[in-house]
Amino acid sequence: MSDAVPPILEVRGLQKSFGGLRAVDDVTLAVPGGSLTALIGPNGAGKTTLFALVSGFITPDAGTVAFAGRQIAGLPAHLVCRAGMTRTFQIVQPFAGQTVLENIAVGAHLHRVRQADAQAHARAVAARVGLADQLDKRADSLPIAGRKRLELARALATDPRLLLLDEVMAGLNPSEIAEIIPIIRSIRDGGVTILLIEHVMQAVVNLAEHVWVLSYGRLIAEGSPAAITTDAQVIEAYLGHGAAARMQAMQVAQ
Amino acid sequence: MTPSAVRSLLFIVAFLAAMALLPAFIRSEFWLTFLILALYTASLGQAWNVLGGFGGQYSFGHAMFFGVGAYAAAVLQVRFGINPWVTLGAAFVLGGATGAMVGALTFRYGLKGSYFALVTLAFAEVFRVLANTFEFTGAGVGMMIKLAPGAANFQFVAKTGFYFTILSIVAAGLMVAWWLKHSRFGAWLTAVRENEDAARALGVDVFRVKLGAITLSGAMMATGGVFYVQMFQYIDPPLAFGAGISVEALLVAIVGGMGSIFGPLIGAFTLALVNHTTTELIGRAPALSMALYGLLLIVMVTFLPNGLIGGLASLARRLGLRQRSGGDE
Ligand SMILES: Nc1ncnc2c1ncn2[C@@H]1O[C@H](COP(=O)(O)OP(=O)(O)OP(=O)(O)O)[C@@H](O)[C@H]1O
Ligand SMILES: [Mg+2]
Repeated sequence: MSDAVPPILEVRGLQKSFGGLRAVDDVTLAVPGGSLTALIGPNGAGKTTLFALVSGFITPDAGTVAFAGRQIAGLPAHLVCRAGMTRTFQIVQPFAGQTVLENIAVGAHLHRVRQADAQAHARAVAARVGLADQLDKRADSLPIAGRKRLELARALATDPRLLLLDEVMAGLNPSEIAEIIPIIRSIRDGGVTILLIEHVMQAVVNLAEHVWVLSYGRLIAEGSPAAITTDAQVIEAYLGHGAAARMQAMQVAQ
Repeated sequence: MTPSAVRSLLFIVAFLAAMALLPAFIRSEFWLTFLILALYTASLGQAWNVLGGFGGQYSFGHAMFFGVGAYAAAVLQVRFGINPWVTLGAAFVLGGATGAMVGALTFRYGLKGSYFALVTLAFAEVFRVLANTFEFTGAGVGMMIKLAPGAANFQFVAKTGFYFTILSIVAAGLMVAWWLKHSRFGAWLTAVRENEDAARALGVDVFRVKLGAITLSGAMMATGGVFYVQMFQYIDPPLAFGAGISVEALLVAIVGGMGSIFGPLIGAFTLALVNHTTTELIGRAPALSMALYGLLLIVMVTFLPNGLIGGLASLARRLGLRQRSGGDE
């Protein structure tokens, strides 16, 4: 990808094994500052593990992670967040017994000591992601679409420079997906770099400027969404060996 | 301050003002003692509430902090002739230090849930054995505080002296709980209770927050120990470090409502009334009161997990009363 913009996140040779399984295998990638990019790949490819490594939730076996020019591999998660990189969870992790406002305020407190300030910021963030009329509801009373937005809102409330979004659209219906796509774009337009993991190809094609494809822990392709969706290796990774050839044959037949 | 914080502060002030006026209307020594003991139990419950209710770390050994406070007071007073009011400060610091030590050992290694509960229980037991062993803590005999009546010696001739002392301790506890509801530290602590991973992802230093909570909780619990020693002028290892105090502290918080400002007070008064009623009906029977506590705990956890406060709130909701946003009394 173009070298014009300095990378905000630079991952080199990152590696993590669970027992004999290489969940992340020698991954190198650079996310340009201000970009909106995506990480895709079949189930179990190691995408969430890569996020966990980068955000300090697990320590890599090998490799380096540089965030805004600073080495952060091995830094604990809360310090990574303080440095300006916040992740969301694929399996939503709300503060279940707390209200939506209280949930978002926890994120807002990172850079705001007073409760009044944190709550004011939380309200503003809630408005941005369309949760303004749910503030007093308990988090565990929200439907899945609401919880996904809450995940996003809480992370956004920490004023991150880089957001790692792990499948914020999984489990949403097409109209809910159509609603959240412009929200994500507007967050990026507000100056936050976004790297998202997504299975919903409509969203990836719609949003991402650049896509990395992970399969069995390895990066197998990268490029624009258009290029990726026609890449033979990528199609095989998703649909199995020989799939690309079969699709080609079908297209020729038509 | 947010409007909700102001409202809740006004409520606390009004409550304390009413409690301050109460002795003027009470003629009977018996009921004054009843109030003192209920407030004293509430202060223990509030100490437990800071760590267990707000922080979700269920200690079964809070007697260790209580005992450290009680023995700090007794030893300093009896062996070194230090004024009991001064020992209050020393006990506060030592209770906090004990909390910090236990917290550093347990939370550093990520002990949670029943493991944390068991380790705190074991710590209390270790303290009990130590107090039983050493000569300067009076070993198994315990320690007696010399009779020296006078407010300057924390020995009030009139019971109202004890009443206002314990009311002040309860007031401080209410302010701590109010602060937890309306501060960043409190928001972080509650977040840690609800979901540690999510808290961590939002920049919360989980270890430090827990450490802060157990330090504060230990310090508060130790002041309860000092009050006990001054009120009863005697302490021994089972009284100080036995399971009774630990159970009392967690029970009143759970019965009243964990993580709420007034939960420990409501729990303490409920428990005091229950105790009083059973004593009236069938006479004194300490073993029975323990059994009753156990039963109460089971009933609460099964039917009212949010305590009496939570039960009242959901009852009010069912009766169609408007639910206030962020209601926190
Ligand atoms: N803590 C762990 N211990 C052992 N194995 C793990 C652990 N976390 C992940 N794995 C394994 O590592 C591999 C990669 O998992 P990961 O969750 O990163 O995949 P993913 O690409 O996010 O998949 P999905 O699209 O289903 O979310 C999987 O085989 C998974 O079972
Ligand atoms: Mg995943």
